[in-house]
Amino acid sequence: MFRTQVFKKASLVRNFEEIVFQKLKDKTISIPSYLSVGQEFISATIAQLVEDIGVEPDIFIQHRGHGTYLSFGGDVIQLIDELLGKKTGCANGMGGSASIQSIEKNIYGHDGMMGSQVPIAVGSCYATKRPTIVFMGDSSAEEDYVFSSIGWAATKNLPILFVVEDNNLSILTEKSVRRSWKIDEVAKGFGVTGVNLLDSPFDIRNYFKDVFKKPILLNINTIRKYWHAGAGIDNPEVFDRYEDEMKQIGNEAKKIHEENKKLVTELWEKQLEKQ
Amino acid sequence: MGKTIRETIKTITEHHLKVEKSLCFGQCLTAVGWVGGTLPELYEEDGMVEVTTADVANGGFVVGAGLQGIRPIYVVRYQGFQWYNSPMITNYASKSKEVWNRPCPIFIRSIAMEGGIGPVAGSSHHSLYQRMPGTKILSPMTPNEYKYAYDSFMTDDDVYYISEHRRSYDNTEEFEDVMYEESDVVLFPISITRFDAEEARKDLESSGLKVSIIHQLWIKPFVFKEEWKKCLNNSKFGGIVLDDDYEQGVASSIAHRMMIESNKKVYTMGLEHRTAGFYKDVDNLPPSPKEIFNKVSEMINA
Repeated sequence: MFRTQVFKKASLVRNFEEIVFQKLKDKTISIPSYLSVGQEFISATIAQLVEDIGVEPDIFIQHRGHGTYLSFGGDVIQLIDELLGKKTGCANGMGGSASIQSIEKNIYGHDGMMGSQVPIAVGSCYATKRPTIVFMGDSSAEEDYVFSSIGWAATKNLPILFVVEDNNLSILTEKSVRRSWKIDEVAKGFGVTGVNLLDSPFDIRNYFKDVFKKPILLNINTIRKYWHAGAGIDNPEVFDRYEDEMKQIGNEAKKIHEENKKLVTELWEKQLEKQ
Repeated sequence: MGKTIRETIKTITEHHLKVEKSLCFGQCLTAVGWVGGTLPELYEEDGMVEVTTADVANGGFVVGAGLQGIRPIYVVRYQGFQWYNSPMITNYASKSKEVWNRPCPIFIRSIAMEGGIGPVAGSSHHSLYQRMPGTKILSPMTPNEYKYAYDSFMTDDDVYYISEHRRSYDNTEEFEDVMYEESDVVLFPISITRFDAEEARKDLESSGLKVSIIHQLWIKPFVFKEEWKKCLNNSKFGGIVLDDDYEQGVASSIAHRMMIESNKKVYTMGLEHRTAGFYKDVDNLPPSPKEIFNKVSEMINA
């Protein structure tokens, strides 16, 4: 059941992003866009786990945020409109792909400055003491103000979950070229529980029991399928968690996939007709 | 005798924490002196929040609190520290209402001082915030002005940059504009230059000149009021905008606006375009009464 529920969310993201990929290729979308394809299971799993414990957290998103937005229930039509630059978009048609948000789902937009969402999330969490999740990439995790934010969250013992979506790449520069340390180890140095794991739903679930009881950092290794920005692929042979989960779950997953494909295709067509 | 600015800020802060149930963030707030005596002796349980020494992250923490609608106060003890504190305030809080319909009101207490503070920290840096949409800037130098700035903030949903100056903290007096029908020169002083501009005006009047003075509380948005414009247009030799930030910042911008909208030249005086040192001979100070006097004489004799 858990696996299927996660797959439903991941499938919505995958199908949505595949259409965006095509719309970028045919230039229907003409702004820089950051696709979540390959990384869907991080946000999908966390969204499902949060739903299961009945919590509605404040969510601070990064620039590559379509997957997070959709997994946590952001409105699909508003996201389409945003990517098309319409005023009815989730960020007034101003945020584009990188600065999406949902007021209804407590998803706060990103300002495009790498890692700024981390101190902002920590300050918000301090003010409200509400459960808070902040997403960042492995590059953002290198920003100095991210360290001090993790440290302050530890000092104040805040109910915050730091999620590092670690695809090992800063555009195309590998982590080993950029740094010799691991962010989960850095977190431990601050007294925060830090874990390095894969983006398998079951792995993520295993480390979720203390979430929101204290600050926790999950460095989740994943593989981004497409380019850093835009519609392109470097290596079509990389491991694809989505395909793997679909195989594991079987026919039900295929059915979910087809349903979501139909749903997002129709929504896109409908919104494009209004252009 | 009325309250000093110091006491006014202290009273406002106490009200903000105890009645408005908000938070006041900053570094070393509870240290000896309580930020020049401007803070009540309150602690974290009361909303007085000591942050880390990580200036950039601290600015982000305050933005996060601001997003939750609690209208935090953020104390930055030296305006020069804004170079590190401002990025997330200017890039996120100032834009948030426009992009995401999420106002992020923050009351930034940014404190300047002058002389002997060296290359980094001293003087005003309000020009740093001026260029970003979504930010309002005031420089209150009297108790009533400070109260007005706070009241405006509490009924608004923008980021407020309050450009304070330590030299004003003992002030109990209010300033009054003087606008002659026909003056020789009009002074438009900002921040701490208002005190020395008043001194200079007295000296200039003693030498037989008619000098109008129009005190500038609002730096942004700058509104060139009709009566100010009339006063400038009717002057013989134009005006001077005086500031304790670099001359090429706010002062030049305001003078430009004034010249576009009037028929007179408007000069500027502020910090020189060079780095300040600690000792007197290498310091970089706002215009003194004597320098203002000399500038006016220069304008008249030009």
